[in-house]
Amino acid sequence: MAYGPHTTDDRAQMLAAIGVASVDDLFADIPESLRSTGLRLPAPESEADLSARLRRLAARNRVDLASFLGAGAYRHFTPAVVDQLLLRGEFYTAYTPYQPEISQGTLQTIYEYQSLMAELTGLDVVSASHYDGATATAEAALMSCRATRRERVLVSRGVHPHYRETLCTYFGGASLQADEIPLVVDGPAAGTTDLAALERMLADTAHPVGGVVVANPSFLGLLEPMAEVGRLAHAAGALFVSVVEPVSLAVLASPGEYEADIAAGDGQPLGIPLSYGGPYLGILACRESLVRQIPGRLVGMTTDVDGKRAFVMTLRAREQDIRREKAASNICTNQALCALAATIYIGAMGPHGLRDVASLGAARAAALEVALGAAGAPRLHPGPYLNEFAVRVPNAAAVHSRLLGKGVLAGLPLARVIPDDPTLTDALLVCATEVTTTDEIAAFASALGEELAGGVR
Amino acid sequence: MVPKDLRYTKEHEWVRVEGDMATVGITDYAAEQLGDIVFVELPDLGRTVTQFNAVGVIESVKAVSDLFAPVGGEVVEANSELSTSPELLNGDPFGKGWMLRIKLSDPAQVDGLLDADAYEALTSEG
Repeated sequence: MAYGPHTTDDRAQMLAAIGVASVDDLFADIPESLRSTGLRLPAPESEADLSARLRRLAARNRVDLASFLGAGAYRHFTPAVVDQLLLRGEFYTAYTPYQPEISQGTLQTIYEYQSLMAELTGLDVVSASHYDGATATAEAALMSCRATRRERVLVSRGVHPHYRETLCTYFGGASLQADEIPLVVDGPAAGTTDLAALERMLADTAHPVGGVVVANPSFLGLLEPMAEVGRLAHAAGALFVSVVEPVSLAVLASPGEYEADIAAGDGQPLGIPLSYGGPYLGILACRESLVRQIPGRLVGMTTDVDGKRAFVMTLRAREQDIRREKAASNICTNQALCALAATIYIGAMGPHGLRDVASLGAARAAALEVALGAAGAPRLHPGPYLNEFAVRVPNAAAVHSRLLGKGVLAGLPLARVIPDDPTLTDALLVCATEVTTTDEIAAFASALGEELAGGVR
Repeated sequence: MVPKDLRYTKEHEWVRVEGDMATVGITDYAAEQLGDIVFVELPDLGRTVTQFNAVGVIESVKAVSDLFAPVGGEVVEANSELSTSPELLNGDPFGKGWMLRIKLSDPAQVDGLLDADAYEALTSEG
């Protein structure tokens, strides 16, 4: 098969075969006023000049900062083996594996990805992946409504605000109801999901709940009482959706262990670069009993006509191209390359390596807490965290901006993403991972200390 | 030739009436068109169904098809064997592959359905 572009002769032959004078004639149905008049692009440049221009553009990225930013996307060290394998043409440009006869490699890597995620989440079925954590969470919530035939879900305010927004967008289209579970205001459980409120909301028999969605760790970095949430949800006949961060699953209890029915999350921390927000990786997993409700591609293992092991896309009749308007979702693809990166990363790190990454992050975060506390910025909440937490900083936004000027990316001013919570106005969400150094922590604490000592400016 | 003692719908369901109870399934023609059936979704017991409404789903390796209620009434029994052996619809669609038992709300509805000859005519045209 020739992969070169069509020549003028090729085009002339094709036009002659169908009896059309020019390519433009094929678009005669489109009104003149709606037709494209061509793309307004700058003149072509030489490769050298273009490379220089792109380098200047890329140089505007700040890669010199001591970064303590998390909030859903995390800095980790990615071993070189990930890129080396990812960039292989067989993987990098492979298309969707519709024909198993010529796609065994791709199909096997997706199967491995699914298997690794099943191990990490402790659940039975994993889809081939979704766009990102937000859409995976929205799909999980939709699943819970479909499976229970109920029209309402409860979502903790501890779930990432972007995920909640995406969920509401999906729910609006489906005419379903999503209500927020408040967080505990004070006391030892401050900042975590309010279980008493959850119980009250579940008791509203006029509006039965299909799913309860809670993140662990939460957006604020806190560990949530997942087993309790699960018990309350199940007692009310609702499914339990757990939103998770995959690296944390190496050290925290898995969704399967605390009886979650569905798990959703973002796989960016697994060897996928930050890349200014994407592409990332939507992880979706569920119990066996929900296998017909899970959207997305599923790759299965079977044997071919010669009895050899083979991989195929399976349970295809669930999908949009066959079920059409009755499908669970419009998805008909996956984040293949990102899923592959995650698979190679986990393969390279292994279970011990992954545990080390999570534990080191936790240790650095503990050191960060001490340093910031000494600098005058104590934690906002008392409960346990893994590697991310909120600290009280007066005029957080202004301080954040000034620290940027001093080479420190001081996490995220929480009021920027959660403007309606008065307890979060003077707060920064900070995080540490295995790549956070003691020097960086010292620089942050020192700069912050100066800011706080200097008072309001 | 399809069983003479049954009634049929244009959507290829069959009905066996005994008093005020109707047993419902899909015909061999439908099963053959669908191919190997892998999953069947039936309505909950006690549910009231309306004639000709979609009440379930039949999924094969290549397609998904709605199951339409040929008659209206209350679903009093569903064939639980189909959850483990959906292939019964292909192998024995008029016998072991029965799908639902419905208590008729309006027995007169059956008279409006196709008889065996009319159904044969329908499927031989297609």
